[in-house]
Parts: sequence; C-alpha cells; structure tokens
Amino acid sequence: MKLNNKKELAVAALENGTVIDHIPSKSVFKVVNLLGLKDLNVSVTIGYNLDSRRMGTKGIIKVADMTFPEHVLNRIAVIAPNAVINIIRDYAVVDKHPVTLPDELIDIVQCNNPQCITNNEPMRTRFHVVDRDNTVLRCHFCEHTVSHDEITLK
Amino acid sequence: MDNKSLISISDLNKDEILALLQRAQYFEQNPNSHLLQGKVVATLFFEPSTRTRLSFETAVNRLGGRVIGFSDAKTSSQSKGETLKDTIMMVSNYADLIVMRHYLEGAARYASEIAPIPIINAGDGANQHPSQTMLDLYSIYKTQGRLTDLTITMVGDLKYGRTVHSLLEAMHYFNPTFNFVACDELKMPEQYKQFCRGKGIAYQETRDFSEEIINQTDILYMTRVQRERFSDIMEYERVKNLYNLHAAMLQGCRPNLKVLHPLPRITEISQDVDDTPQAYYFEQARNGLYARQAIICRALGIDPLL
Repeated sequence: MKLNNKKELAVAALENGTVIDHIPSKSVFKVVNLLGLKDLNVSVTIGYNLDSRRMGTKGIIKVADMTFPEHVLNRIAVIAPNAVINIIRDYAVVDKHPVTLPDELIDIVQCNNPQCITNNEPMRTRFHVVDRDNTVLRCHFCEHTVSHDEITLK
Repeated sequence: MDNKSLISISDLNKDEILALLQRAQYFEQNPNSHLLQGKVVATLFFEPSTRTRLSFETAVNRLGGRVIGFSDAKTSSQSKGETLKDTIMMVSNYADLIVMRHYLEGAARYASEIAPIPIINAGDGANQHPSQTMLDLYSIYKTQGRLTDLTITMVGDLKYGRTVHSLLEAMHYFNPTFNFVACDELKMPEQYKQFCRGKGIAYQETRDFSEEIINQTDILYMTRVQRERFSDIMEYERVKNLYNLHAAMLQGCRPNLKVLHPLPRITEISQDVDDTPQAYYFEQARNGLYARQAIICRALGIDPLL
C-alpha cells in the first residue's frame, strides 16, 4: 500500500501538505479556482491528463505546507465526486479519505435557470443535494434541478 | 421556517393543509370580520395579475385590514433599478404582511428569508402559486366531502402547468389515483411521475381524452394548451382541439364529478359545459377568497376558530 502511494505521488514528492487525487482531468482547473489556489504563495503542482487505471486519465493537485478545512475540501465533490484527499506529513500519507458532498452548497454553483432570482439579484446561491449518487442538485430558490453534467460553478 | 410565510405548497404538511381547509370553510360561512383590524397588508405585484390581486385584497378587506401596494413594477422603485431586497426591507417597515407576485422564480423564497415580516407567495414566475393549490384543494374537499381516495384526471398542458404539479404534490397525502391526459409534447414530466412512484401513488398516462377516462373520474382538472409551448406549430394545430371538453362527453360521468380549471379558459372547456351540474370553475375561483383569508390569518398568527 505504502509502495503504491509512493509511486502514485512520485510526480513531485511532497514533504508536507495536501494532495488531491482522482480529479477528472476536465475538472482540474475548476478545482484550482474553487480552492483559490492561484492566490496562494505556497508551491502548487498541478498534474493533468495523467494515466489512471481507474479513470483513464486523471488530474492531481499538490499543495505544499497547507491543509484545508474539511468543508472547503468537500466543495470539490460537486465537480470531482471521486476525488481523494491525502494529507502528507514528512513524506508519508497520514490521512487519506474521499471527499463527501455536503447536503447544501452555498454560493458555489450557479443556477442554470435565467429566470431564477439568484441570477438577477446580488445574492448568494444555495443548492440542496437531492441525489447524492448522481450529483443532482436543486436550487433552494427557484426549485429547478441541475444534473451532474449541467453544473456551472459561480 | 420560523415565521408563517407560505412560499411553496410543499412547506405545508398534511395537518397544516387540513387546518387551512377547516378555516377556509369557516370563512365561507363568516366572510366578514374584524380579525385584521389595525393590520396593514402590502400587495406587491411586480408583474400584473388582476385576478389574484383582487382576490387577496378582497380577502384583507373582508377581514377588516388595510391594503397598501402596487399592481405593476413600473410604478415601483424597481423601475429605477432598486434591488428586490431593498424594496422588501422598505415595505417591511410599513406593513405586517407582504403578499407578493414576481416574474422571477425564487423571488418569494428570497424575500421570506430577508424580511422581518411574513411573506405570502402569490406566484413567482413559473415556479409556485400555493394559494391556487389551496383553493383547488378546498374546491375538491367541498365538492367531494373528502380529499382521500379520489381519482383525479388532469388534462391539457401537464408539462408547464405549475397548478397541476403543485396539486399533485399536495394530494400525495390523500391516496389519490391520477390520470394524466396530454399529447407527447406536453406530458407530465418524469420527475413528477417519479414522485408518484416514490409515494406509491397509482397513475396512468394516455394521449386520448376519452369518455372511458372521464367516466371513472371524480375530479376533472382541465388546463389550457398554449400555442407558445409548441416548437412545432403544426403539432399545435393538430392537437389543440383534442383536449377540449364538451357537455356531451359528460353524459356517462359519475354523479359527483366536478370540472375544475385554474382560469382563464379559452376553448378547452366549451360554453355548453357551463350549464352542466359538473361545471365548477367559477365557484372554484370564489373559493380562492376563503382559502386566501385562511392563509392570511395563518401568516399573521390569527386563528378564527380560537
């Protein structure tokens, strides 16, 4: 297990920090934006279109010397439901767990309904997760449902 | 929700629906009172809807309250670019309750979360119109003597018609059987059929508006098929008369059958139906007054039965 991890994380071994693995390639830069990584002054490694046995290709993001609050990481689940978080200390994986979609998403997703109040008023969006397995969301305000492939981030 | 706003019919549980119907019945017997004496109700109609506004304003007036408001966004500060939030906060300073209609979906829910006073949704775009559903339920209850174990046939535009969707949701507490009669372009969306299956509600779907279906129906809920809903205008021309009701079609119906329609109707109910004992759509509209009196009192925490 340890050997596998080492192989997987060999792109640039991290002494301390957070590795987000198993991101669909097409969602990598959305995750970068979601976590606000471009505004950080720590080193960030972004892997893109890497071979993955499970996913075909995948993306991976490594952020040195930083951990994120769990509720922040869980936002990733909206666009990368199978992403796995690895917490690295002294080159070793000390914690590894999948992201979990929160019950409610505040100001993360944009409503696709142009007639929705959230698209016409300066306010935060709010979505309820109605189907966790297929990532189906419902707008708290206009009650329109948004399926997994229709999700647009704010 | 900590206040008694009414935004969506799904905000109400079975007991709350039944309590509102009981109070609507009370107001039908006692339409005039002073229950709202000293209260000011704002009717904010960001989109014109004369029928709904008059019904709400009559309800307030008959309860002895006062009404302020506007009937068109052109006459409000919205036309100067004011946000909905600012309008709602400003009006909250003056009124005890806001009844609002808005062309944007979710506007009423948002207002209910920012306003310090309760909000009643009188329609938000194509989304919700809970007082319509309450008057439909009251009409069904009044004509059938019960809400349970009824067969309800919905005809016409089942895809875009928010009234049929809300009615379907509200009826799930009462073990209904549904017939959905519509052409392919306007059939009941999958999510509502899934809702029925999830709740164990029996339904059947058909394209034929036949007497066979009518004869096993307790409530015949007609809706308008609108030309603008069709991508193919030929298709509209082909189906537009298939979902019209004529008096002759009611000859073999159950004696308790009533025909409901949210109005306005165009040709989907022919004039000769008006003279049959099954026609109920005009009384249905009047029931809106009593249902709205009940909703307004609930919102203000006033119980006429206490």
